[in-house]
Amino acid sequence: MDLLNNLVLGFATAASPYNLLFCFIGVILGTLIGVLPGIGATATIAMLLPITFQLEPVSSLIMLAGIYYGAQYGGSTTAILINMPGESSSAVTAIDGYQMARKGRAGAALSIAAIGSFFAGTVSTILVAVFAPPLTAVALRFGSPEYFSLMIVGLVSSVALAHGSVVKALGMVVLGLLLGLVGTDIYTGTPRFNLGILELSDGLNFVALAVGVFGIAEILRNLENEHDRDVMIKKVTNLWPTRQDWKEMTAPILRGTVIGSALGILPGGGAILASFASYTVEKRISSTPDEFGKGAVAGVAGPESANNAGAQTSFIPMLTLGIPANPVMALMIGAMIIQGIVPGPNVATEQPALFWGIIASMWIGNLMLILLNLPLIGLWVKLLTIPYYMLFPAIIAFCSIGVYSVNSNVFDLYAVAFFGLIGYGLAKLRCEPAPLLLGFVLGPLLEEHLRRAMIMSRGDPMTFLNRPISLGLLLLAAAVLVVVLLPSIRKKRDEVFVED
Amino acid sequence: MRRPANTLISRLWVGSGRALPAFFIASNGRGEHMRNLSFSSRDLICGALFIFIGLFFAIQAYGLELGTALRMGPGYFPFVLAGILILLGIIVIVQGTQLQHEPMGPIAWRGMLFILPAPILFGLTVRGLGFVPSLFLTGLVAAFASTKMRPGTALLLVGGLTLFSVIVFSYALGLPFRRFGPWLGQ
Repeated sequence: MDLLNNLVLGFATAASPYNLLFCFIGVILGTLIGVLPGIGATATIAMLLPITFQLEPVSSLIMLAGIYYGAQYGGSTTAILINMPGESSSAVTAIDGYQMARKGRAGAALSIAAIGSFFAGTVSTILVAVFAPPLTAVALRFGSPEYFSLMIVGLVSSVALAHGSVVKALGMVVLGLLLGLVGTDIYTGTPRFNLGILELSDGLNFVALAVGVFGIAEILRNLENEHDRDVMIKKVTNLWPTRQDWKEMTAPILRGTVIGSALGILPGGGAILASFASYTVEKRISSTPDEFGKGAVAGVAGPESANNAGAQTSFIPMLTLGIPANPVMALMIGAMIIQGIVPGPNVATEQPALFWGIIASMWIGNLMLILLNLPLIGLWVKLLTIPYYMLFPAIIAFCSIGVYSVNSNVFDLYAVAFFGLIGYGLAKLRCEPAPLLLGFVLGPLLEEHLRRAMIMSRGDPMTFLNRPISLGLLLLAAAVLVVVLLPSIRKKRDEVFVED
Repeated sequence: MRRPANTLISRLWVGSGRALPAFFIASNGRGEHMRNLSFSSRDLICGALFIFIGLFFAIQAYGLELGTALRMGPGYFPFVLAGILILLGIIVIVQGTQLQHEPMGPIAWRGMLFILPAPILFGLTVRGLGFVPSLFLTGLVAAFASTKMRPGTALLLVGGLTLFSVIVFSYALGLPFRRFGPWLGQ
């Protein structure tokens, strides 16, 4: 069986001592930054991206993936213990998890989150293994019109998932696309939008942009009003869930896994939407909806399973199509490009060890997380007591080192400061950075496929509508756009994305 | 959240956090007109920014060869995008006249003053001073972005940070940085 052979190859790759080490570093680092509020997976991966250049491609991608799903685990710890999401995807976990902790059941809540995450991680790893190859086969037949339409779906979805105003999110996408075009036109070699700056002729540096907009801007936002974190729970005991807990958590975990896996695959999807959707579903079908908000087991088990499942399955479009589903995947694509790998459907056939190694490493990483996190919970609690002002100088230092090491170019460091300012300004204007980053990554690709498709169709724009896959994708994009613009849905969406 | 704009005016002025620049108000003419035309300063700035950036790219793209839909030149796609951005900017401003607004919140002036120059300082000194002193200075400047940081703590913290970075990045990962640069006579 092909799948079995592939998985054997994957596990053989992922289980080599060298790769195990980097998987371990990844998940530990991921948990660490997940636990610490104020620094997210996107900023961390952006920071470490250039450093991974020194590693083997497989090891570096395994480590970066580990940071992403490790952060999902770590984020729930913070949500449960101090009612503050360590990661945005664990925002809903804080609602019921923290209430459980206040009732002295922090240990059970943490275990439920970890068990749910592990189960979801296992199932979605299998899903990635099963669904990636057929999707790759489809993707290999994609022409320029299909790629163009697919990217439109991805961009529109990122708009749908952004907080706040749809129009501003659309503006961010367009701004990102424009910034992506700075540099040199690939067809004619004409320099454009470079303001006469020589360093810009290769385009803006992706790492500098990501570090500035996500890393630096995030620090500035945290410095707006500094307050001490109040860690109420000093000691966590009674980790093992009771028999009643097991009964209450089984169904939500299963449902959360399904919801998370499905939403993760969608372009633009991922962990955040998955956890919100799962919480809504659990609350709606529960026989005791009043319990929600007061420490319902299902309110922890469902969203935690869903966000981990979503985090894993969002690798599917990245691995098979080379299209990022969220900013983290955009960074993974950046990592591949740094390593000289062309992202897209060819990765599976040309680099099977890399492709299957990453997939297998996700399951290994999840196993490490559950084995490590529960026994180490005391350590993570201690970490929460570190004040923020001790952390951010290190973040700035690592950002600077990371960006400088991409091509030893000091201009990139000035760009970091510039994009930090821009990112902070945009945050103040309630403009989300995620659609901007996706637009930036996809800008050149989108233009290339648009121009190629138009040349092949002899200037007939109907080519996008005459080809069934392309038409289907465009209809999907239009449907998503219509749905987010409908007033009733807009209201719901505002409620879902309410920030504390 | 949509309500007639004029019932919201008083709340809007308070709610938008900052007073509008005087020329926006003045341009509205008499007082009663002003009551009907109220902008969220946040959306106004955002929309203006979109329009400004859109215009910049549009003008630049127009200077390039636009080409035709069949053979698009380097200016075609950016020109279209810039047009969309300008349009979105206008919509943001128009929407801003109707919706209720939340306050802008505090602005991290001190943070910006110390955080933003840090990577620039690193860029200016990493070649001349070398990795170790440059990183130390960068960390030190960044540390004072917080009002809670005390000089002693900062020195200890940044010292430890520099040591850690040198061990991890320079020795363990082998990044090709000069640890001490020519400005120090090395």
